[in-house]
Amino acid sequence: MRRYSIFALARNALGYHEGWERAWRSPEPKPDYDAIIVGGGGHGLATAYYLAKEHGLTNIAVLEKGWLGGGNTGRNTTIVRSNYLWDESAALYEHSLKIWEGLSQELNYNVMFSQRGVMNLAHNLHDLRELKRRAHANRLNGIDCDFLSREQVGEYCPLINLSPDIRHPVLGATLQRRGGVARHDAVAWGFARAADARGVDIIQNCEVTGIMREGGRVTGVETSRGTIRAKKIGLVTAGHSSVLAGMAGIRLPVESHPLQALVSEPVKPILDTVVMSNTVHAYVSQSDKGEMVIGAGIDPYVSYSQRGGFNVVQDTLHAIVEMFPMFSRLRMLRQWGGIVDTCPDASPILSKTPIEGLYINCGWGTGGFKATPGSGHVFAHTIARDEPHTLNAPFSLERFTTGRLVDEHGAAAVAH
Amino acid sequence: MLTIPCPWCGERDVHEFRSGGEAHLKRERRADALSDAEWADFLFLRANPKGEHAERWYHVHGCRRWFNAVRNTHTDTILAVYKPGEAKPEAAQ
Ligand SMILES: Cc1cc2nc3c(=O)[nH]c(=O)nc-3n(C[C@H](O)[C@H](O)[C@H](O)COP(=O)(O)OP(=O)(O)OC[C@H]3O[C@@H](n4cnc5c(N)ncnc54)[C@H](O)[C@@H]3O)c2cc1C
Ligand SMILES: [Zn+2]
Repeated sequence: MRRYSIFALARNALGYHEGWERAWRSPEPKPDYDAIIVGGGGHGLATAYYLAKEHGLTNIAVLEKGWLGGGNTGRNTTIVRSNYLWDESAALYEHSLKIWEGLSQELNYNVMFSQRGVMNLAHNLHDLRELKRRAHANRLNGIDCDFLSREQVGEYCPLINLSPDIRHPVLGATLQRRGGVARHDAVAWGFARAADARGVDIIQNCEVTGIMREGGRVTGVETSRGTIRAKKIGLVTAGHSSVLAGMAGIRLPVESHPLQALVSEPVKPILDTVVMSNTVHAYVSQSDKGEMVIGAGIDPYVSYSQRGGFNVVQDTLHAIVEMFPMFSRLRMLRQWGGIVDTCPDASPILSKTPIEGLYINCGWGTGGFKATPGSGHVFAHTIARDEPHTLNAPFSLERFTTGRLVDEHGAAAVAH
Repeated sequence: MLTIPCPWCGERDVHEFRSGGEAHLKRERRADALSDAEWADFLFLRANPKGEHAERWYHVHGCRRWFNAVRNTHTDTILAVYKPGEAKPEAAQ
């Protein structure tokens, strides 16, 4: 891998930018690997990267049915934060946030991580209590969190409508200053390039259609490009997790829902932070291109259609326009949906399965982008050592049988 | 936009309905007879198919009655609707 640097940029400028090498090879799949990761989203690619980097497993492949990041990784609104309520989640998401803080350097790829702060608004007494409780819990876990009064919200983000007589008046907010946004595609590409440099085969247009087993353990996968054998297989397919687990005869506590987002026409910089509201199901930030990036709540029915109902977008825009009246004059450019894998307790599954050599990373639902590096890191540990890392041990499949759920509906529910 | 044919009211906008999730889940009457794994299955595990899905809908902003539907979750096409207590139509294909 030729490193990116200011000198490389200057050198290539002289050559009319025709000398850049490909960011990753596109090899033909080998018949046999030590481990296969199914799903070339951020989580799958990060898993492969850490398997190679921290566990010396380099004879591995990432199989992606479409293109890298074409799933939720490239469809999300990129909010990154770690202010979750329970100790287990706080530890997992904070682990990830710490990796984000050095990720561009580590990958030698600019993931454009921008710690512009993430605000969660309170609109009623219950919200205020809930957010204060979460702020205290965060501080006890060493996670930065400020509580802002209504006036402080106005100082921090003057665009917000603070009028007391709107349907959902703003009464206060939490602010995680280390939170922010990142460039979603760059996260997939950066991990892919760094994994490839360590020998990982990244194979696109390769759909897994079957999981082969012998005597209770996995032996490989059937794919649209033939049979590929492997002793260990990690499933990291987000919205399609139930489909993949079903190939191995496993039922999951997961339901797949469309989650929609939309962006406006680009305008000059006017919003320099991320604003979220669970109560009115809306969140917004401004991209570097100047578009308002707006996310909705999930469409409530199970679907794999990658598009949702117009009514959901409409509800979100009602809320956005009430919060930011000046946005009512913005035109919306594009709208899309991703299929998110929601869990009953709004927490992910990073786990071994009843089948030996088969591991699953799913259930991130509406909020897994922020966890991409940390999730890959602990999931690689789980696959390499055949036992969970202490950080993901609470996020096992068994918790649905033991009843030891990690209920993050308050911190994760619809907002991210 | 998804419209749903309520078996009582006819075709209406999806906005009038509330999704009730997977249909035909049966709660064991003798709760103590179930193992933890069986409880987990009833409470949490779901079919979540990419394809035909039997599911419940509630016409909350209409007749306020529950009914079942078979929908293809890949295309969102509704293949059949039927009233509570009726068996899932085989002709859903
Ligand atoms: C609109 C929207 C907004 C969101 N906003 C946020 C946010 O602001 N902050 C946040 O933290 N999270 C957010 N999320 C959630 C976040 O996007 C996901 O949790 C996260 O990106 C999941 O990453 P992943 O790598 O697990 O999945 P994906 O990126 O979906 O990758 C899974 C991959 O598996 C592939 N695949 C599926 N089936 C097969 C098969 N049979 N064979 C081979 N490959 C297969 C898919 O093609 C896909 O590329 C949002 C999601 C959406 C849809
Ligand atoms: Zn009706």
